[in-house]
Amino acid sequence: MSTETPTTPTPPAVDPRLLVRKEGLAGYLDEFGRKVRSGELGSLPVVVGLIIIAAVFQWKTGHFLNADNVTNITKWIAGPGLIATGVVFVLLLGEIDLSLGSVAGATAAISSVLAVRQGVNEWLAVLIGIAAAVALGALHGFFFSKIGVPALLVTLAGMLAWSGLQNLVIGKLGTVNNLNDGVIANLDTYFLGDGDILWAWLAAILSIALFAAGQLLDARRRTAAGLPARPIAEIAMRTGVLAVIVLVVAYVLNQDRGLPLPLVLFVGIVAITDFVLRRTGYGRQIFAVGGGIEAARRAGINVAWVRTSVYMISAGLAGLGGLFIASQQGSADKGLGGANMLMNAIAAAVIGGTSLFGGRGKTWSALLGILVIQSITTGLDMVGAEQAIQYMITGAVLLAAVVLDSVSRRTQKSNGRG
Amino acid sequence: MTGAPVLALRGVSKRFGAVQALTDVQLEVHAGEVVALVGDNGAGKSTLVKTIAGVHPIDEGVIEWEGKPVSIGRPHDAQALGIATVYQDLALCDNLDVVGNLFLGRELKRFGTLDEVAMEKRARELLDTLSIRIPSVRIPIAGLSGGQRQVVAIARALVGDPKIVILDEPTAALGVEQTAQVLDLVERLRERGLGVILISHNMADVKAVADTVAVLRLGRNNGSFEVATTSHEEIISAITGATDNAVTRRQARIAEDAK
Ligand SMILES: Nc1ncnc2c1ncn2[C@@H]1O[C@H](COP(=O)(O)OP(=O)(O)OP(=O)(O)O)[C@@H](O)[C@H]1O
Ligand SMILES: [Mg+2]
Repeated sequence: MSTETPTTPTPPAVDPRLLVRKEGLAGYLDEFGRKVRSGELGSLPVVVGLIIIAAVFQWKTGHFLNADNVTNITKWIAGPGLIATGVVFVLLLGEIDLSLGSVAGATAAISSVLAVRQGVNEWLAVLIGIAAAVALGALHGFFFSKIGVPALLVTLAGMLAWSGLQNLVIGKLGTVNNLNDGVIANLDTYFLGDGDILWAWLAAILSIALFAAGQLLDARRRTAAGLPARPIAEIAMRTGVLAVIVLVVAYVLNQDRGLPLPLVLFVGIVAITDFVLRRTGYGRQIFAVGGGIEAARRAGINVAWVRTSVYMISAGLAGLGGLFIASQQGSADKGLGGANMLMNAIAAAVIGGTSLFGGRGKTWSALLGILVIQSITTGLDMVGAEQAIQYMITGAVLLAAVVLDSVSRRTQKSNGRG
Repeated sequence: MTGAPVLALRGVSKRFGAVQALTDVQLEVHAGEVVALVGDNGAGKSTLVKTIAGVHPIDEGVIEWEGKPVSIGRPHDAQALGIATVYQDLALCDNLDVVGNLFLGRELKRFGTLDEVAMEKRARELLDTLSIRIPSVRIPIAGLSGGQRQVVAIARALVGDPKIVILDEPTAALGVEQTAQVLDLVERLRERGLGVILISHNMADVKAVADTVAVLRLGRNNGSFEVATTSHEEIISAITGATDNAVTRRQARIAEDAK
C-alpha cells in the first residue's frame, strides 16, 4: 500500500512565497511597504493625523504647541483615555459597551458623595466607587454572556439606568465639590515632585531603558533558541524614535509645570493593560474569543467568563476615568460622563487603530486616539470654534477612522488576512 | 495489525430522539494504523467520531482504551486519554497567528506570562517534522490557504501528543496539491506510531493512505476490509449495501454503451 508516495519526510524546501525580510533598513522599508499595501496600517494614519492636526493649529493659533497647552492636553486625556482603554477591551471581543459614560458618572458620584457628604475616608470612597463600577460591569457581563441578551441592548439599558443612579446619588443638592487637596482633587492637579524637573527626565529615561532592555533580551532569547530575531540595528532605530519622542515630551513638560500625575497614571495603566493583553494567557483568551468563539470554546476557554470579566474591566477602567474627570472639572455632578464623552471614547479607540470587528487592537490605540480627539477639541476651542462645529468635526474624524477600519479589513481579506 | 488495539468500540449505540444514529457498532484502531471510516451521507460517521471525542456520550456499549473500558463523557475526557479530533469545520482563530492557534488553550508559560519563544520554537519543530510548509509561523491564520489551514488544524491536534487522531473529511474542500499534502501528513502520523481515524468520501484518498476500511451503513457496521486486498467495487457495494446498486448499474450501462 501507498508505495507511490515517498514516506521519508523531505526537509522543507525554501518556498518562493515565504515572507523573508531582507537585512537592514532596506528590508525594514520593504516590509513596511508590504504591510501598508496589504492593509495592515497599524498606527500610521493616526500618527500622521496627529502631526497634521498639531501643525494646522500651531499655524492658526501660534501657541498650540506651547508648553502649557501641551501639558494641559496630557492632563485632560487621562479621564476619557481610561474610558477609551475600557472600550478597547470590549472592541477586542467584537462587542460594544454603551454604558461606560454613565458608569464613569455613577462612579464619580458614589465616591464623591461618600467622601464629601458622608465623611468616609477618601481612599476608601475611591475603592468603593471603583468596586461599584466593576460590579455594574459584572451585571452587564452576566446578562450578555449567561442570559444571551445582545451586548448593545444590555449596555444601552445600563447607560440609562446608571445615569439615573448617578442623579439619584448626587441628589437634589447637585454638584459635589472635590475635597481640597484630597485624593480625587490631586489626580488631576498634582505634578510629580511638585514640578521637580528630575521626574520627567527620570520617567523618560526609565521608559527608554525598559523598552531597549526588553527588546534586547527578547532578541537574545530568540537568537539563543535559533529563531529569527530583530537585528540590533532595528532595535537601535526603534529605541531612537521612542527616545526622541519621550525626551521631547519630557523637555516640553519641564518648560511648564513638570510631569503631571494623570499622564503617568494613564500611560502606566495603558502599558499594564497592553502587557496583560499581549503577554498573558488571559489576554490571549480575549483575542481568541474575539477571533472565533467556536475555536475558543473548543480550546477549552471559558467564553462566558472571558466576556463577563472583560465587561468588568471596561467598567472598572471607566469608573477610574470618571474620577479623573471629576478631578479635572473640580466636582462630580449629574452631567459627568454624559454628552459626547462615550462617543469620544469609542472614537478614540477606533481612531487609534482598534478594529470594530473584534480580535485586532491594542490599548495603546486608546492613548493615540484620545490624543487626536483632545488635540482637535483644544485646538478648536483656541480658535474659538463653536461647540456645534466641534461635534461635527469629531463626527467626521470618527467616520474617517471607521471607514479606514472597514477598508483595511477588506484589503486584508483580499490579501488573505483579516 | 498485531497487538492490542489502542482504541476499541464494542457494541456502541447512540440515539437522537427518534433517530437511531448508531446501532451496535464495533471499531478497532491500533497504533500506527490508518483506519478509514466510510459510508454514505447520514450513515453515522460524524456521530461515531463525536462519541469517541466526547461530544455525544454513548447510550450503550463500551469504549476500551488500551484494553481497559473507559467512560468518555466530555471532550476533555477524550483529550486526557490522548484522542485528538480535527472536525470538519476547522475552528481556528482567524486573528491569531499560527503559533497562537497551535497552542491555544495550552500556552507555554514562563514566570506566569506567555513564553512566545518556546512556543515558536516548538511550533517550528513540529511543523518541520511534519514537513509542513507555511509562509511564516507569525502570520495570522486568515492569511493561509485552505490546505495550509487544514495542516495547521492537524498540527494543532498533535501539540498535546495524542495517540489517536481523528480527521473528519480533511480533504473535502481541498485541491489536488493540497490533498496530497494532507495525505502525506496522514502517512507521517502513521510513521510516528499514531492511530488515525480518517473519514472520507473519496475512495482514491482512502486507497492511498488507509490500512483498513470500516464501512458504516445506516448506523451499523457493514464490513471491515484490508485495503491492500480489497477491490474498489467491494467497498462500494458495502457502502451502498448491495452488489446491485446505482454505482454498479451505471458501470454496467457504460460498459454496455462502450460495446
Ligand atoms: N445532534 C443530532 N440530533 C439529531 N440527529 C442527529 C444529530 N446528529 C446526527 N443526527 C442524525 O444521525 C444520523 C447520522 O448523521 P451523521 O452526521 O453521523 O452522518 P455522516 O455519516 O457524518 O454523514 P455525512 O457524510 O453527510 O457527513 C443522521 O440521520 C442525522 O440526521
Ligand atoms: Mg459527517
